[in-house]
Amino acid sequence: MSEIDLAPLKPAIEKYIPMSRSGLLPALHAAQNIYGWISEPVATEIAKTLRVPLADVHGVIEFYSLFYNEPVGKKVIRVCTDPACGIKGSDDILRKLYKQHDAEPHQLNSKLNLTIEPSPCLGMCELAPAIWTMDDYNNSWTVNQDEANRPQSLVYGSIRELTKNCGNGETTYLDKYGKYEAFEKAKQMPQDKVIAEVKESGLVGRGGAAFPTGVKWEGAFKAEANQKYIIGNADESEPGTFKDRILLLDDPHSTIEGMCIAGYAIGASKGFIYVRGEYPYIVPVLEKALSEARDAGYLGKDFDIEVRVGAGAYICGEETALFESIEGKRGFPRVKPPFPTTHGLFSKPTVINNVETLCNVPLIISKGVAEYRKIGTEKSPGPKLFCVSGDVAKPGIYEVPFGVTLREVLEMAGGVANGKNLKSVLFGGAAGAFATSEHLDVKMTFEDLRSAGLPLGSGVVMVFDETRDMRDVLNRLGHFFAHESCGKCYPCQMGTQRQKEILHRISIGKVDSDDFVRLQDVGWTMTDASLCGLGQTAASAVLSAMKIWPELFEVKS
Amino acid sequence: MTIKLTLDNKEVTAEEGKTLLEVARENGGNVPVICYHDATTANALCRVCVVEVEGMRVLQPACIVKASEGMKVQTKSEKVVRSRKTILEMLNSTMDLSEADEIQHMMKDYAVQENRFPDAERRESEVKDDNPMYVRDYSKCLLCWRCVQVCAEDAQYTYAINFEGRGYETQIGTFFDKIIPETSCVLCGQCVGVCPTGALKPKRQFLLEQGVSPSEISVMNTGRKKRKERK
Repeated sequence: MSEIDLAPLKPAIEKYIPMSRSGLLPALHAAQNIYGWISEPVATEIAKTLRVPLADVHGVIEFYSLFYNEPVGKKVIRVCTDPACGIKGSDDILRKLYKQHDAEPHQLNSKLNLTIEPSPCLGMCELAPAIWTMDDYNNSWTVNQDEANRPQSLVYGSIRELTKNCGNGETTYLDKYGKYEAFEKAKQMPQDKVIAEVKESGLVGRGGAAFPTGVKWEGAFKAEANQKYIIGNADESEPGTFKDRILLLDDPHSTIEGMCIAGYAIGASKGFIYVRGEYPYIVPVLEKALSEARDAGYLGKDFDIEVRVGAGAYICGEETALFESIEGKRGFPRVKPPFPTTHGLFSKPTVINNVETLCNVPLIISKGVAEYRKIGTEKSPGPKLFCVSGDVAKPGIYEVPFGVTLREVLEMAGGVANGKNLKSVLFGGAAGAFATSEHLDVKMTFEDLRSAGLPLGSGVVMVFDETRDMRDVLNRLGHFFAHESCGKCYPCQMGTQRQKEILHRISIGKVDSDDFVRLQDVGWTMTDASLCGLGQTAASAVLSAMKIWPELFEVKS
Repeated sequence: MTIKLTLDNKEVTAEEGKTLLEVARENGGNVPVICYHDATTANALCRVCVVEVEGMRVLQPACIVKASEGMKVQTKSEKVVRSRKTILEMLNSTMDLSEADEIQHMMKDYAVQENRFPDAERRESEVKDDNPMYVRDYSKCLLCWRCVQVCAEDAQYTYAINFEGRGYETQIGTFFDKIIPETSCVLCGQCVGVCPTGALKPKRQFLLEQGVSPSEISVMNTGRKKRKERK
């Protein structure tokens, strides 16, 4: 192998020196943009430059799927194999690609300078099967083999509050977005009044945990510290979820304005937007929007926002794992308490909100609580985005008020595709639960869903028609969680693996008579004893499937 | 300040600030631990010390959760026992625990079913014998993290080892799998001292177990055929 020339690396990583360890992921990304992978001399140079121990640098490279410590092709093709893409033939696409290019999974074909690999969810479920092609070590996108600079945004629904600037085929930059009126209005109010408005609005987090946003803000506001942070969590990686991708790509200013208001409310001077590594095309859009906001005087004086890019790790959507990632570490979730509102990023009080949550904030402030609460129901106020994918006629994001039924959402989406009947809906995400036609009239509110045993999660509605083999879907979910477990706590580290092995066995018809009990024990152990939300929900969909279709897990007599 | 709480339906008192593990031990309770060690920062990652606390959605790790006034704690409820037993069964199907005495006892206590997961992929690894002080056999490693912790901020600030891979594929490793003499390791031996499973073992012990005699080991170490006599 030829010697690696370190000359282009030095100027590329110098700017990260002041960030020290926190500059590690940005420096590794910069190095990969030059070399395609991180070799030993490159890792050594980065370690020396940022003063991070060598073994730690290696540990970080090893943690993130999109960092490579072996050569990859100038062209890397990644095909999503998670459920929404799996049912649309992604395995066949992969097989054809391997054959056509005489390639092996994850192995560099040096003659063609090409690497092909299966990938976890790419956040393009409505455009399935999703394929991500990276050319010349740079991230560009190909959707369904068509050359396109950006994935299409398919936006539907019965209201246009959160999505008013989305679905126009282009980004709504500041000239069309207009002034940050909500932010201006918020600044005329005392900080605690802004927090009170958000509390009274009834807004709860839209990333999956549904924690009351105003309570989070209040905690960080009251915490005493010389520095506080706001984080926009755009690490959307839940299979079936793609709403944050559309919100950021089509309407970046709503999120930025939401963060400005949050920053003012809690007294933060710094914000970060953490974008998942699979959304590289969002980064330039965000950077442009941030620079517009700086020019307009909204950012830059008392408060500024920096974009950080993940590198292929679902776990980094977990708030404390995301802090670790920004700090330049492996994305291991921390034990809580202490909670982020007092000990978050760099151990400082931190508010971390999902993108959709942040987009609600300008709405609440500009409309006022009373108007905002007219949307939705009394106990579940506000608009909600549902990510509809799978076997429906019109997949896309659907904006509706809380309180519509699953049936209504499916009708808006044109019903089950090709006139087939409904088998089930994976509701809430990979960490959600299966619904069947019995659940079609459940109102989509927190309280109604809870009593129906369906978690709202990140708003996933993934539809499967009557012909689909649920064992295949479960096998893909099992694979996903095993791939994405961070490996820290034992129940999840080993439980996701054992769950994957059993689900695989079942998918190929080799079910063992004890598998039902094994899966239950593994599933409940992960649910009850795991350290973070990933492990606690890694068996959620499987356990729900075992209730609905117990026969799939039993030996046929 | 003294607080009152209920431990397995019995009212007990404890000093404020104590963990549930400490309180349980003070009251003769037997809460098992694997990753916990008095000399390292508790990370609550093995989860065998979990207990059921009334009002909490999920089980709580006793090693870090502090006792508080009025808390109602169950240390051996059905839920707790299922989790502990399943974790032990999964460990047993993952790595070689033959030299982990404490865990062997724990498995007996929880009536662990041998071969609970018949087709489980085990974590296998070659023995790494690359330095004069200790050998590393990661097929015995259960990822308690103690070695990484004492190599870093918990003791030595040497940072010779960290993690490779992720999830089930996680393993302890050096920078690009370098041999120990090519790392920052100072052969302090603290990692060997905190290893609970024999994955890290003094070289001398390793050789003795292989049937090498003490005098042969002496030759290896010093080049001398006979031990120097003490004056």
